[in-house]
Amino acid sequence: MPRRDDIKSILIIGSGPIVIGQACEFDYSGTQACKVLREEGYRVVLINSNPATIMTDPDLADATYIEPITPFFVEEIIKREKPDVILPTMGGQTALNVTVALAESGVLKKYSVGLIGAKLEAIQKAEDRELFKAAMDRVGLHCARGGFVNSIDDAMKVAEEIGFPIIIRPSFTLGGTGGGTAYNKDEFREKVQHGLISSPIHQVLVEESVIGWKEFELEVMRDLKDNVVIICSIENFDPMGVHTGDSITVAPAQTLTDKEYQTMRDAAKKVIREIGVDTGGSNIQFAVNPKDGRMLVIEMNPRVSRSSALASKATGFPIAKIAAKLAVGYTLDEIPNDITKLTPASFEPTIDYCVVKIPRWDFEKFKGVESTLGVQMKSVGEAMAIGRTFKEAFQKALRSMEQGRFGLGADGKDDLNVRELSDKSRSEWKKKVLDRLKIPKPENVFYLRYALQLGATLEDIHESTRIDPWFLHNLKQIVDFEEELYSYRV
Amino acid sequence: MKAKLALEDGTVFTGEAFGAETEVTGEVVFNTSMTGYQEILTDPSYAGQIVTMTYPLIGNYGVNAEDLESVRPQVAGFVVKEYFDFYSNFRATGSLGDWLAQHKIMGIQGIDTRMLTKIIRTTGAMRGVISSVDLDDENLVAKAKKSPAMAGLDLATTVTTTAPYTWDELDRTPFALPPSVKTRVNGKRWNIVVYDFGVKRNILRRLTAYGCKLTVVPSTYSAEQILQMNPDGIFLSNGPGDPAAVRYAIQNIKQLIGKKPIFGICLGHQLLALALGGKTFKLKFGHRGANHPVKNLLNNEIEITSQNHGFAVDPSSLDPTKIEITHVNLNDGTNEGFRHRELPIFCVQYHPEASPGPHDSDYLFARFVDMLERESVGAGKDKQEEKGRK
Repeated sequence: MPRRDDIKSILIIGSGPIVIGQACEFDYSGTQACKVLREEGYRVVLINSNPATIMTDPDLADATYIEPITPFFVEEIIKREKPDVILPTMGGQTALNVTVALAESGVLKKYSVGLIGAKLEAIQKAEDRELFKAAMDRVGLHCARGGFVNSIDDAMKVAEEIGFPIIIRPSFTLGGTGGGTAYNKDEFREKVQHGLISSPIHQVLVEESVIGWKEFELEVMRDLKDNVVIICSIENFDPMGVHTGDSITVAPAQTLTDKEYQTMRDAAKKVIREIGVDTGGSNIQFAVNPKDGRMLVIEMNPRVSRSSALASKATGFPIAKIAAKLAVGYTLDEIPNDITKLTPASFEPTIDYCVVKIPRWDFEKFKGVESTLGVQMKSVGEAMAIGRTFKEAFQKALRSMEQGRFGLGADGKDDLNVRELSDKSRSEWKKKVLDRLKIPKPENVFYLRYALQLGATLEDIHESTRIDPWFLHNLKQIVDFEEELYSYRV
Repeated sequence: MKAKLALEDGTVFTGEAFGAETEVTGEVVFNTSMTGYQEILTDPSYAGQIVTMTYPLIGNYGVNAEDLESVRPQVAGFVVKEYFDFYSNFRATGSLGDWLAQHKIMGIQGIDTRMLTKIIRTTGAMRGVISSVDLDDENLVAKAKKSPAMAGLDLATTVTTTAPYTWDELDRTPFALPPSVKTRVNGKRWNIVVYDFGVKRNILRRLTAYGCKLTVVPSTYSAEQILQMNPDGIFLSNGPGDPAAVRYAIQNIKQLIGKKPIFGICLGHQLLALALGGKTFKLKFGHRGANHPVKNLLNNEIEITSQNHGFAVDPSSLDPTKIEITHVNLNDGTNEGFRHRELPIFCVQYHPEASPGPHDSDYLFARFVDMLERESVGAGKDKQEEKGRK
């Protein structure tokens, strides 16, 4: 299919200021989109309130507006520039939210502005959890049990049905702002109240907790001819309960057989088709019960996301760039693969290495913020590394954090020097460390090492952390190797 | 235990044995799938081959009794970068290494599989040997050179079933794929004879899912024997080796063309091409993996496909007045499928049954059943017309 000639100018909405959960990855995707669409000869109009971005550099767009990303200002720009369409999928949640507001208030209709990338209905279906659950039902996929509530009383009723712990997720917020996990009624009441205030539509989802389940993500692309390809599978080192942005993540998935992976792939195709993202990328998250393989769909982002930036780097498949091309009518088989140049983009990258991403937190800068990790993202950055083994990638990523650590141990910078402990205090420490590991915290990765050094078994650690034993086994191999090296000391 | 992999070009890799500790020769090929090692190991099409996985971490999810494509591992040997004896998956019943040892299949790990793959891509698939009993480089290279070449080798005859059997099993795991369309409208089930050149079980399961009743027969069954069984259709399976070397099968298929509807996969596709007067040739390093994009020329849709073949059909050798090319590989433009313009015959080079791999091409089984239905209606009509004339 050739590119669309019925449109001449495209409005791209950026993601605004850097906040937790929405950082430079959206500058990257927006910049890619500006470049590609201008190359294709379209007039590109850009709005982004953040002048410290690449996309607002001169020459990247035909007209750049550094204005607040609010319905009012976007409408003013539409009046002046009369774009034919808006591409709302490059600027994170901010761009989607403002687009939905403009569509619902009738502004888009008034100025006959269309949407490319994702239609209003698709955005609503993906973002509104009620509509999302109904959509998943229609294609025979399962979500966690629970319901939407607009008041504390209703929330209490649902809580009685599903039992604690319960996850609280406010509707239409970014990075899971205002969300949390409640283990009892008091916590629940407080968190629901907070969630209701955070949600622009005063609604929260209270849901059966799948804490401790395995978490997976698939990056999916679809074109106007309904071709769907999976760019990358991602398995989270940290189980469900820790926000993906705060999880150590690994690509590709490590502990799924082909049968299980293909079931997930089929589900992802059903999700993107049912939600109706016509062109471009989406990110779909799944939870899998490690005991029986039961799979739930957690959520879908109908846009390029933090994970798509990671998937692009991990596979070499430029998701944002291709998504922009798909948005103007090209199909996957018409776009050349960036790496091979000779073969088309309609393929699924296969890699001969392992990718590990480790988040970085800066709690020193956020005094008073609880450092426990949960469903609300708290990390401010990340390092990604590639290696031929998980261990290699993991060590490289840890070292790349620029926090003064050279990897998992062997750098003389431990808070706890296990080798110097007496046998008696070892067993006390073992218990302390295992207890500490029950609560997800930023430095836990080093505590995993202490636990292993203290003789905790993989079962012990799995019991405390719910981290898949396969990952723990790999860490154990690193720790054992350190011990071996240490034994050669003169 | 220390082990070595030697190629006929003189390259020698040193690693560590897992599975059985022995010595074996074979054609060294690589597979790019990131999941599905158990299905790959048990695929009879890998007979005579030492399979290298380009994905470096293997063994992670162990093995189980469900993900088998035949009764046992069929590869000659297995080469990986890092083998995991420690596994984690709720379906796992044991480790990959123990299972390979039990079936006397040798694996070698700690190999720079990226370098090995690059060598194969440059030079082409090569003969090789893996050994934990002889570690002398010169000896090993000599053994690799002496081993049989794949071109001209009939391996299908070595992996086919010895006696016919019926098959009526479905995938009973929670991951079973339902048929994409309603199977049988009127409850009728089709009797299909499956020519076994090394058939994968998931082909049998998918045909069964679409309402076929299967009789699997040895590759050596003659055309007369097949026709005596009077099936509604014939399926030509996948299998190992050089298609041109399975001469008796080509002769048999020639006699079946025009008599019954035929569907072929992989080696079955190549044998059909040869029986229709076409030619096959050996690919430099073959297609083995689960991410090959194929374009369906009939509707221009793209399928991500599972593939495993070292030979291919030369489409220019097929008579365009009789044969229509239906599928093409988007990576290298090679032929992936064709159909007969007049007769109920079609086939694909790749694996619509997946296992391992994506389910994008499952519709081909539906197409086969549709073809059987059309043929049976057509035949019924013909008979009625005949009756009317009488």
